[in-house]
Amino acid sequence: MAVVKIMDQEAIRRAVLRMAHEILEKNKGVEHLALVGIRTRGVILAQRLKKAIKDIEGVDVPTGILDITLYRDDLTLVGTKPLVRETLIDFDITDMKIVLVDDVFFTGRTIRAGLDALVDFGRPAIIQLAVLVDRGHRELPIRADFVGKNIPTTKAQNVKVVLDESDGKTDEVLMED
Amino acid sequence: MSWKHKHLLGLESLSRQDIELILETAKSFKEVSSRDIKKVPALRGKTVVTLFFEPSTRTRISFELAAKRLSADTLNIAANVSSTSKGETLLDTARNIEAMSVDAMVVRHSLSGSVLQLAEGLKCSVVNAGDGCREHPTQALLDMFTLQEKFGRIEGLKVGIIGDILHSRVARSNIWGLTKLGAKVTVCGPATLMPRGIEAMGVDVCYDLTKVLKQSDAVIALRLQKERQQDKFLPSMREYSRLFGINQAKLNEGSDHLIVMHPGPTNRGVELSADVADGKQSVILDQVTNGVAVRMAVLYLVLGTKE
Repeated sequence: MAVVKIMDQEAIRRAVLRMAHEILEKNKGVEHLALVGIRTRGVILAQRLKKAIKDIEGVDVPTGILDITLYRDDLTLVGTKPLVRETLIDFDITDMKIVLVDDVFFTGRTIRAGLDALVDFGRPAIIQLAVLVDRGHRELPIRADFVGKNIPTTKAQNVKVVLDESDGKTDEVLMED
Repeated sequence: MSWKHKHLLGLESLSRQDIELILETAKSFKEVSSRDIKKVPALRGKTVVTLFFEPSTRTRISFELAAKRLSADTLNIAANVSSTSKGETLLDTARNIEAMSVDAMVVRHSLSGSVLQLAEGLKCSVVNAGDGCREHPTQALLDMFTLQEKFGRIEGLKVGIIGDILHSRVARSNIWGLTKLGAKVTVCGPATLMPRGIEAMGVDVCYDLTKVLKQSDAVIALRLQKERQQDKFLPSMREYSRLFGINQAKLNEGSDHLIVMHPGPTNRGVELSADVADGKQSVILDQVTNGVAVRMAVLYLVLGTKE
């Protein structure tokens, strides 16, 4: 199995920093801005974006955690039920500008579930999407607003994001055949 | 850690990991009940039937709400209006309901083991909501969830179970569950209502309520089942209440962090005095709240699991 490193620690750091700038530029600052990370690695990336935004603007933006398990469209198809973990959004999302954060953007089904989950908490003014890696092969009409890196892949390939906080290893993005 | 059971028949047959998985999953579902929109689509299109051959308000409503908050369709069948009152057997009734494409059946019946028989005879998932004097697993799970919430752990906790141990399925399920998770359980009640050889389940027996209150972190007061007292187990209710009823004066003998639990419905003035039932140490309403979360977790896990 061939494994290719697509991004290293520095590349990930720069991509997150650039996305933070883009989020601020597009939303004209931090007013009504909030981040919501999709478990597991989206949460870590949301935390890093929060820190980058704090470094740039000096403001802590509200940040939440979304577990999309209960909204998956294949829940009745899988034999063993996936572990459900807590959703933690301790602020009112109504009329907020929400940036949904995930690590890998692939079929779009996770994001669809995330959107459904999010609107159960309120009615945001706008929902945007930030992803570290966009690997294509969408099965739903969903696009990302902020992308760390576009990676052309075949459908059979596997893209793996490794982050220090969740994996205990140096940050990197790998592509496996 | 993964779930492999199609039914929930009791805690005797579950492992420590299974129980911990249910409690962990229930945490997420508690959050769902705290939202403005208390509904997730996890069991959309599934049908859950509650089939109750004994009276129940709390448990039946709790299961129904749990199923509804997971987007399942629910149907309630009470025994007095069902065709078992026309002579149909339990299994036949259940099979007929199942034939209408039901995915899970939540069953309460006065005969111990009846739920096991149904699980063997049906293709759908069966969840035990209390069978005779055998088990009431979701009640014990919500008790354990509440303990974990209050103390942050179950391992090492000292829990007293007070009252009619002989007839209590709540006591049996709690003993199975709590001992598996490493709690130290003491049962306390009138000698006539204490099953012989209960020590074999890994519990201590004590006939002195004050002593149990002094040593415990939590006590579970059981409902005195008046409907099962025809056989003269007790000289009088007054004597029971004097010896085994918990009032504030007795409670003050225990530690400050001692909490009082009750599976409901409470006979005020018998198992608990009114000031204790409504007092600061009572977590009875927390138990009810947690019941919905625990039952959501159970329905989510058993539905669709193939054996």
